[in-house]
Amino acid sequence: MTWQGVLQIFVLMGIAAILARVVGGYMFLVLARPNDVRSLRTASGSTSSSSGNSADGSAGSSSRGGLATKTLEVAGTIPRLDVWIGAIKSVLDRIIEPVERAVYRVCGIDPDQEMRWTTYVFALLAVNLVGFAILFILLGLQQWLPLNPAHLPRIPFWVSLNTAISFTTNTNWQAYAGEATLSYLSQAWLVVQQFLSPITGICLFLAVARGFSRHSTKTLGNFWRDFVRTLLWIAIPGAIIGTIVLIILGSPQNLHAYTHVTTIQGVHQTIAQGPVASMTSIMQLGNNGGGFFNMNAGQPFAGPNMASLLFQLILGFAVPSGCIYLFGRMVADVRQAWAIFAAMAILFVVGALVVYGFEAAGNPIISALHLAGHANWTGKETRFGIGSSSLFENSTTTISWGSTAAANDSLTPIAGLVLMFNMKSGEVIFGSWGAGMIGMLAYAVLAVFLAGLMVGRTPEYLGKKIESFEVKMSVLAMVVPSFVILILAALSVIVSAGLSGILNPGPHGLSEVLYAFASGVGNNGSAFGGLNAASPWYAATVGIAMLLGRYAMYIPLVALGGSLAAKQRIPASAGTFPTHTPLFIGLLIGTVFIVGALVFFPALALGPIAEQIAMHAGRLF
Amino acid sequence: MNMRMLWTSAKLVLLSCLFLGLVYTLGMTGIAEVLFSGQANGSLVHYDGRVVGSRLIGEQFTSAGFFQGRPSATTPSYNAADSSASNLGPTNKLLIEHIKARVKAFLKENPGVKASQIPISLVESSDSGLDPDITPASAYIQVPRIAAADHLPQSTLREIISSHIRGRFVGIFGHPYVNVLSLNLSILKIAHVPGAYTAQSGSSRR
Repeated sequence: MTWQGVLQIFVLMGIAAILARVVGGYMFLVLARPNDVRSLRTASGSTSSSSGNSADGSAGSSSRGGLATKTLEVAGTIPRLDVWIGAIKSVLDRIIEPVERAVYRVCGIDPDQEMRWTTYVFALLAVNLVGFAILFILLGLQQWLPLNPAHLPRIPFWVSLNTAISFTTNTNWQAYAGEATLSYLSQAWLVVQQFLSPITGICLFLAVARGFSRHSTKTLGNFWRDFVRTLLWIAIPGAIIGTIVLIILGSPQNLHAYTHVTTIQGVHQTIAQGPVASMTSIMQLGNNGGGFFNMNAGQPFAGPNMASLLFQLILGFAVPSGCIYLFGRMVADVRQAWAIFAAMAILFVVGALVVYGFEAAGNPIISALHLAGHANWTGKETRFGIGSSSLFENSTTTISWGSTAAANDSLTPIAGLVLMFNMKSGEVIFGSWGAGMIGMLAYAVLAVFLAGLMVGRTPEYLGKKIESFEVKMSVLAMVVPSFVILILAALSVIVSAGLSGILNPGPHGLSEVLYAFASGVGNNGSAFGGLNAASPWYAATVGIAMLLGRYAMYIPLVALGGSLAAKQRIPASAGTFPTHTPLFIGLLIGTVFIVGALVFFPALALGPIAEQIAMHAGRLF
Repeated sequence: MNMRMLWTSAKLVLLSCLFLGLVYTLGMTGIAEVLFSGQANGSLVHYDGRVVGSRLIGEQFTSAGFFQGRPSATTPSYNAADSSASNLGPTNKLLIEHIKARVKAFLKENPGVKASQIPISLVESSDSGLDPDITPASAYIQVPRIAAADHLPQSTLREIISSHIRGRFVGIFGHPYVNVLSLNLSILKIAHVPGAYTAQSGSSRR
């Protein structure tokens, strides 16, 4: 291990904190309406800000009617940073607001119509269903459509079905090699869902967050408005800036046929290119992870150098971090947000250190050959090295990204285990757009419930009573990953169709299968690449995992939001368990750890843990 | 879910296909071609009046007189139209067999080098199979072989390497590396490399 390798983990978390503040502040201005922000007057003691005394009297009068920013303005606490963010937004407003109105007009949307949670969910399902159908049809037409200079043939049925599910659920599991399967036009259709699917995550999150910020109401906002504004103010400007930076840093962006060259040694080489930067940009920004090339960001056109890879990390962390701070602003108590951020960051840093430690220590079987060095370089690119590759792979499984810059199948067993933990715990360590934050809020509900059991009091979180319905919905969401992963993985190692898709023998084979379903249900999309994902068995079962991971997990949590929104807000009392303290952060981490690790311990013992022990014993399979 | 919702969704998705699928991809391509045509077209490298590869994409070098890159797991090696890793797990017999075979081959091609001097990254395959770079140590270890094959002083080759080393990004991220194609083009400028393919040798072979 080198000090650079350790330091970069902390530097990335520092960047994530800055992103949380800046992007979150921007998202707050774009997405939160006045009635989405908890008013300071009715706020309980636990939510009063540091300048609480002067704010208390004056804030109440304007908080309902005025702009979201007004609440803060009256409180006299508008920081300079928010002034700048507001200035940038107002420049964008001038360009985007006419577009927004045009979209509403063309699509027949009334953005002011408030929706109950059921209506909100149905609208979301409608967009996903239609998006899936159109993508599936367009992929099926590849061989007859233009922009196919490499003359790539028809996509197999199972692969296009799996791909259409994968990209509409924000998973981006890829059962195909991009440059050898998809025309430029087919890649462009995937880009459409790379814009739309993360936005549905934000909508889910806003619905749940309103459950906490609103009170005594049956409605959770308007789905169409949330959807269109996220697209126009966040996804599109971000993707355009991202594309331009990625091109400057070296990624190609063209529509030419693949380049044929003869090297200086007389070898013939066909170099696949295409519109790489525009896809890489939105795949990273949207936590999609579905790359242009088979080897994703490890392919040197998608990840040409460390500067580009770091920029891609920044794109990936931007919105998930921003959601945390946005939540803090909506409930008018950013300390709550930073407590959640701290829990996520601690889980991230510990995971990244473990991955890096095991990768730097390497494989003892290879060390026995007495070569120079002992780190695990198999499946890693020289320019990224061990440290940044480990950091990237830990990031890809925490922010539900699935973009890879190293071959996860060739990682040391315990490093692979950490990546699986990141996904199996429900993708809550930052997570993808919105979805990570919702998952973490479900854990927070469970954590206060556990704390409530210990002291024998009805639990509360952020001024809302947590009762049996809320706990049931949270548990339901938490049970989905374990149920899906364990059942489907068990089936896959029984039936011959499942077994024949495994590449590596021994316990590593089980890890391949466990990882696939953890990735599917976590809507992650990264893989232990040896598994034959294109076979009908895995195309179908991972498809099921992706659907359940998206809808069975998050719809109960929107129901939780609906239930919370209807509740009265109760003032904090001496008996209220404070949820911004180190004690709560510890309890939250503990809850994540119990669900993410202990539920899967028997399966992990047979896979990565058994392999680690075998590796130290020098046993090969 | 009623018909009205589906109809609104259909209009939204079709608009998105038009603007996010087509206009976005084509517009970005247009901007790229005008402003950054070098990167936009794949950072291609010209030598001897023709394109000899991309600075970013590794190539297969087997001549003793060239620097050689890392093992590639694509089929065939360094297939830039189908990137792939080996995906072999750490306890897979094949992984260890492959590494042992590469060590053996390296020792044969580089007489005088001991196994304990071979950088581990030089015998373990990369992620993309197209890694264009090697670590500086992996370059220095090949100097005696190349010097003998090309009749160049070792010191010249060491100077070429040290002038091509790229460090970590902002001193922290990534790993120091040298680009194999750049090294080999520098050699071609000053020496006759046996087995090198030039416009001249190409026409005589035809």
